[in-house]
Amino acid sequence: MDVFDKLGILADAAKYDVACTSSGVDRNTTAGGMGNAVAAGICHSFAADGRCISLLKVLMTNACVYDCQYCVNRRSNDTPRATFTPRELADLTIGFYRRNYIEGLFLSSGVLKNPDYTTEQLIEVLRLLREEYRFSGYIHVKAIPGADSGLLARLGLLADRMSVNIELPSENSLLLLAPDKSKQSIFAPMGYIKDRIHENTTDIVKYQHAPKFAPAGQSTQMIIGATPDTDFKILNLTESLYKRYSLKRVFFSAYMPVAKSSLLPALDTKPPLLREHRLYQADWLLRFYGFRASELLDEEHQNFNPFVDPKCNWAINHMELFPMDVNRVSYDDLLRVPGIGVTSAKRILTARRTGSLGFDGLKKLGVVLKRAQYFITCSGKARPGLNTTRSIVLQSLMSPKELGMYRIEAQPAQLSIFEQPLLTQEDLSLCLTGPM
Amino acid sequence: MPDRSDVIYQYDGSFDGLLCCVFESYDKKEIPADVLAPGQHQAMLFAVKNIVTDEQRAGRVLASIPTKMGGLALDFVRHAFLTCLPQKEIYILLFLRLGYQHGPCVMNMLADDVVSTLFKAVTHLKRESHLLKGFVRFSVVNNALTAEIEPKNCVLPLLMDHFCDRYPEESFLIHDKTHGMALIYQPHRHAIIPIDALQLPEPDEEELAFRQLWRLFYDTIAIEGRYNPKCRMSHMPKRYWKYMTEFGQPQELIPKLGDQVKRLSFNIL
Ligand code: SF4
Repeated sequence: MDVFDKLGILADAAKYDVACTSSGVDRNTTAGGMGNAVAAGICHSFAADGRCISLLKVLMTNACVYDCQYCVNRRSNDTPRATFTPRELADLTIGFYRRNYIEGLFLSSGVLKNPDYTTEQLIEVLRLLREEYRFSGYIHVKAIPGADSGLLARLGLLADRMSVNIELPSENSLLLLAPDKSKQSIFAPMGYIKDRIHENTTDIVKYQHAPKFAPAGQSTQMIIGATPDTDFKILNLTESLYKRYSLKRVFFSAYMPVAKSSLLPALDTKPPLLREHRLYQADWLLRFYGFRASELLDEEHQNFNPFVDPKCNWAINHMELFPMDVNRVSYDDLLRVPGIGVTSAKRILTARRTGSLGFDGLKKLGVVLKRAQYFITCSGKARPGLNTTRSIVLQSLMSPKELGMYRIEAQPAQLSIFEQPLLTQEDLSLCLTGPM
Repeated sequence: MPDRSDVIYQYDGSFDGLLCCVFESYDKKEIPADVLAPGQHQAMLFAVKNIVTDEQRAGRVLASIPTKMGGLALDFVRHAFLTCLPQKEIYILLFLRLGYQHGPCVMNMLADDVVSTLFKAVTHLKRESHLLKGFVRFSVVNNALTAEIEPKNCVLPLLMDHFCDRYPEESFLIHDKTHGMALIYQPHRHAIIPIDALQLPEPDEEELAFRQLWRLFYDTIAIEGRYNPKCRMSHMPKRYWKYMTEFGQPQELIPKLGDQVKRLSFNIL
């Protein structure tokens, strides 16, 4: 089997892994070597599904001895198998990197023989790249659950980022669908990696130029929609992972049916892309907007509203806090306004130092008023001529896609709101947050 | 502040030349209706004044910018000069006049027409150069890396540090075909030079193999169930595809050798 065949099989087997960013670390080239890392991350291409391609994302092998039900590489699946040699993979990475196709390597693997043996193979790839080719580009490597911590330690010193995939958001689901894995086998390496990363910040490492352990941090991934776990459960787990394990990112992956199993959604189930999208929006709110999971969902509302995004949904339920005056409120409050993001909030803060802002000024800053206009005032004044007709407001708060969906799915009785003339804040919150 | 007068400046297209226009504007207490680069013609019937580039005058203006309005403003103006904004010259001149008047806080006046127009143009430049850090595709032949781009903005100065950092031990060339410039690097020297036609060397077997491997990877990695060409297009506008390996056909990727082949040589430095 040549490298072409192997790449075809092992890229195909890796494509469902979504954690493919190259961000989080700045580094210059080692002497006589090649490559740098840019903290902001660089996308080298976008695949036909619209996702960023930044790293050569492949498996070391898809010949896995485990039998996780949701996975194409499970032992019981009848599929062609391939395994890269460490040298082949290192050469491929360097060949792609020189041509500027990629930022680096994202290496994962099925379990070949056993977790320790697999990890040794991964270490060898990274060792070749870092030591022989003096490669300073980005490397993200998957820790194999169940591998010895001494091996994990060696792997972590060669990688920029490590991840252990949780895959399923609850222990029940794990028991049912991934019989070879346990909560313990996932959280133990996660905890170990967290502690080692923490050591990077201690003085000894800082001042002695000791190699850093996974300097770009740790991430994980969860599959959405393979199990009955709710958004509420997933978001709470996400929040506690950020807190307890200091994760850099939690990725969500809409389940693509790959296996016929009575335990899993039917093969013709569509991947829950909208749900995945809502979870990413909420994750963004946790990481950059100062929201807590409990503000976005609770016991009564376990799943996100499909028609409006989580921030809009929150705002509509807290109309008592609005309108906010853009010339007065703090940065944190600005971030709570639907339609105002981090960039806009920063620009507003900068611009209002030289004079108070009106609606025209906001536009010049590039602030999109479509949503924000209903939630803000400029020096006490609402936007002149603001149209609060029910249908207009709805159209503004929903994207064209959401609106289309709403018109199709909402009951005729609910549809009539488009004809009524005036929309009060209560109506708005009612019609947008009522049970769908 | 003087009104815009009915005079138009013509300069030599250099940054120093533009600074001399600023000098002239203060010296004569006038604000030109427009500033034209060589080869540009005015639509209005105003008098055209030819501004001669004078190093000393340019130097005086240059030195005054960081002291009067801060280093950030100078960086900003340098970047603005690289953008593809129509009439960028007059906007830069007006920006500098605002800067002399208001000081460093000119950088915060985002609601002002001139400032916001230039900010948008600079954002566009930075976005394009960031995209190209990813989208540039090198061919490796005879151990030298070569690439072609057709950017809207003059991005080479913004790409320089990044690529020199990335490939310190390689020799590489990036040809900006829009502006007829090339960034050339040999360990450890670099230069941006004007260049018109350039024939890139023919790819060898190894190069062709890597192109095919990359296309295989590119086609494999997309998930069919999530096919979303609109999303791809918004992240990676079609005008960049022309030089990207993943969209070329194998035969198209072999450059034809013309008669007047100007062989690529790295001995220009
Ligand atoms: S261990 Fe990983 S590769 Fe193997 S079956 Fe489970 S999820 Fe798939």
